[in-house]
Amino acid sequence: MNKKRASLLYLILAACVIFTGIEGRAADNSESGQPAYGDALITGSIGEPSILIPMLAGDSASHDVAGLIFNGLVKYNTDLTVIGDLAESWDISSDGLVITFNLKKGVQWTDGVEFTADDVMFGYKTIINEKTPTPYKEDYLQVKKAEVLDRYTFRVTYDKPFAPALTTWGSLIVLPKHLLEGKDITKSDLTRKPVGMGMYILNRWTSGQEVVLDSNKNYFEGRPYINRYIYKIIPDPATMFLELQSGSVDMMGLTPIQFTKQTDTDFFIKNFQKYRYPVFSYTYMGFNLKHPWFKDKRVRQAIAYAIDKGEIVDVVLFGLGSPATGPYVPNTWVYNPDVKKYGHDIKKSMELLKDAGWEDSDGDGVLDKDGKKFEFSVLTNMGNSLRVKTATIIQYRLKKIGIKMNIRALEWSTFINEFIDKRRFETVILGWSIGIDPDQYDIWHSSKTKEKEFNFVSYNNPEVDELLEKGRRTFDIDKRKEAYHRIQEILADELPYIFLYVPDATPIVHSRFQGIKPTTIGISYNLHKWYVPKSLQKHVMEQ
Amino acid sequence: MLTYLLKRLLEMIPTLIGITLISFLILQLAPGKPTDVLTEMNPKITPEARERLEKLYGLDKPIMTQYWMWMKRVVKLDFGESFTTDRRPVMDKIWDTKLPLIDRRLFITFLINVLSTVLIFLIAIPIGISSATHQNSLFDKISTVFVFTGFAMPGFWFALLLMMLFGIYLDVLPISGFKSMEYESLSLSGQIWDRTKHLILPVFVSSFGGLAGISRYMRSSMLEVIKQDYIMTARAKGLPDATVIYKHGLRNALLPIITILGLSVPGLIGGSVIFEQVFGIPGMGQLFYMSVMMRDYPMVMCILTIGGFLTLVGNMVADIGYSLADPRIRAK
Repeated sequence: MNKKRASLLYLILAACVIFTGIEGRAADNSESGQPAYGDALITGSIGEPSILIPMLAGDSASHDVAGLIFNGLVKYNTDLTVIGDLAESWDISSDGLVITFNLKKGVQWTDGVEFTADDVMFGYKTIINEKTPTPYKEDYLQVKKAEVLDRYTFRVTYDKPFAPALTTWGSLIVLPKHLLEGKDITKSDLTRKPVGMGMYILNRWTSGQEVVLDSNKNYFEGRPYINRYIYKIIPDPATMFLELQSGSVDMMGLTPIQFTKQTDTDFFIKNFQKYRYPVFSYTYMGFNLKHPWFKDKRVRQAIAYAIDKGEIVDVVLFGLGSPATGPYVPNTWVYNPDVKKYGHDIKKSMELLKDAGWEDSDGDGVLDKDGKKFEFSVLTNMGNSLRVKTATIIQYRLKKIGIKMNIRALEWSTFINEFIDKRRFETVILGWSIGIDPDQYDIWHSSKTKEKEFNFVSYNNPEVDELLEKGRRTFDIDKRKEAYHRIQEILADELPYIFLYVPDATPIVHSRFQGIKPTTIGISYNLHKWYVPKSLQKHVMEQ
Repeated sequence: MLTYLLKRLLEMIPTLIGITLISFLILQLAPGKPTDVLTEMNPKITPEARERLEKLYGLDKPIMTQYWMWMKRVVKLDFGESFTTDRRPVMDKIWDTKLPLIDRRLFITFLINVLSTVLIFLIAIPIGISSATHQNSLFDKISTVFVFTGFAMPGFWFALLLMMLFGIYLDVLPISGFKSMEYESLSLSGQIWDRTKHLILPVFVSSFGGLAGISRYMRSSMLEVIKQDYIMTARAKGLPDATVIYKHGLRNALLPIITILGLSVPGLIGGSVIFEQVFGIPGMGQLFYMSVMMRDYPMVMCILTIGGFLTLVGNMVADIGYSLADPRIRAK
């Protein structure tokens, strides 16, 4: 699932409180049976897929299902390096401008036709086509030239070296040319009955109820053990949890309270296995840097000192997350652990505020400067209770140092259109879902401050601009690391955002499923290797 | 009678147009656009790409032009294509002719609402009558507490409690959805029983909340009637109590209830949105909720138009029922 978001960043919507993406943690099931074919895995989702062609889909439910049906040229390995998927290997020219993919031979679409470089070319031409309504066009418009060298060789040439380029050739791009050529892709039957080459094949899709997939016996990485994968749509999270208890759902994402309290019973310990690992996302408090008060770095730092991040993680996430120090997830190669940290320190906070001219001169308990009281609002989106709770804790902490913070929760569209886009905010609490590639040009570069662009806090630092440019223009991992580590140092000092926490994904899977190996990218990457020993199989199906 | 009906039918047209116009305008007032889902906070979308998408959906035109374009299609019963990424015709989503009748969204919602309305009337009317005839008795008090509990309890919460009781502890009913996994392999009677099991909780929950209103109306209307002179006459000439109440009293007391039936249609459609969400039932209410969240204008407009139409039909049916039950109206 993350591989599709390779170079994508978007704000986590309220719905993401329940993670449908499934990934995992250390505790491994002891192998108590031989791998066997059979059984069905039923996973619960609050959202329904809308379209099963990856490049046309905008929602995570569609990508979750389409990701089982389609593969890409490359994918992320469990250690976050890029490895071949449909590509056997690839060469990057020394100047970083040309990538040549050598494709695997003998891979078949599930209708029996062989997969070739023409299918990649067709997908590329479709995604850059003016008429294709896709949100992912931008990365492919960077390509200067694409060519099919022979049946199994595909080459792309770029104008400038572009580090995230390799990972854009993931599963968004491959389409069956023999079925789609000359047709309007949005009107094609394939949007609801896709033909792919992935580990599962669509069997049926009943709107509003379920998507049923059968295993691809000819899958090029080996036939999946689990015969059937059912994606069951249950819009209400509480209902889904009851379905889990009743045995009608085998796998779902848990909320923090479900993970720590409600599943802490003998029944769950006996029948289920819980996993836990950090999500590629973080929640932050962002300042409007055009605002006269928050322009002052000392004020931002003072607020950071007043906040206790550990407390937020403990109370809001029930400990299922970690305090954030920058815009990257801990324990990844790009993460810099040695940046300036802001422990909870009221004294330092007060000193900084005093330096900046904020003092309680009239003794009413609220700081003031030039006759104005230190009172501001924080905006967040309605429906995401984690963010509102976070705001409430910050409100309490700021009150202690004499700052009055008001909380306003707004409906998502209103929030974005009327407040973020028009820059009508003082501070916000929001989150970014980040890609595995560290390129965050769009969030921090000073050229990205126009309406609808993502540097909406108006951050401007020439050194960061330069480093961002440097980081995306080289494939050399050490040079990239250097650039991004420095960016994290600067951001930690200047605090355009106060980075609050990185939440954990907390999926639960029925314990009859074995072969699950949790890694940084989760648990579902090796779904085709999961199995249920013969004696434990629950759903027996005709073959 | 026929001219009356015709007149009522013709009156429905401007009303329906008014409903659609207001719905259309209110929909546009809500901030955000259908393209937001694809483009909002997605750094890969350039302003040009956004404009292209808006143009694709016809959102760059003035609102009244958009409405006019919509209207021109709708008179031909073409509700357009959904704005979600699947771009399916809107009618196809509500009434998918490729599916069996029982799996079509509009039918599911209709079925549940009809069943729960029937259930409400079957339970509420006897309760109302008994409460009136035994005013201030123990039964009256208990039933009052009972129906108001139902009225006051949030539907979604009550639904969850019942799911826990019947789905987990007793394990006799399915928790959510509208058919079981092994549905396809069941015999016809098995399939019917499977659907019935899935319907029990939703129908019960959606009727429980409606009991209070109807039974209280029935009670007060019956109390009113019992005080009338003709009831006293009926009693005076020695008719048995049952005849007095059920023949002379009930018919008159039912009149206001018929009106309420007609007016309850919008409430039922609104209620569907909530319980279909909780029970994971793939009906129109669930589709409506998702469409509103996605700002899928054609879909929302289609459902609102159907809802508006059903409400008007409900009102008309109530009027007809009224005139059938009350000769005084028929005479006019």
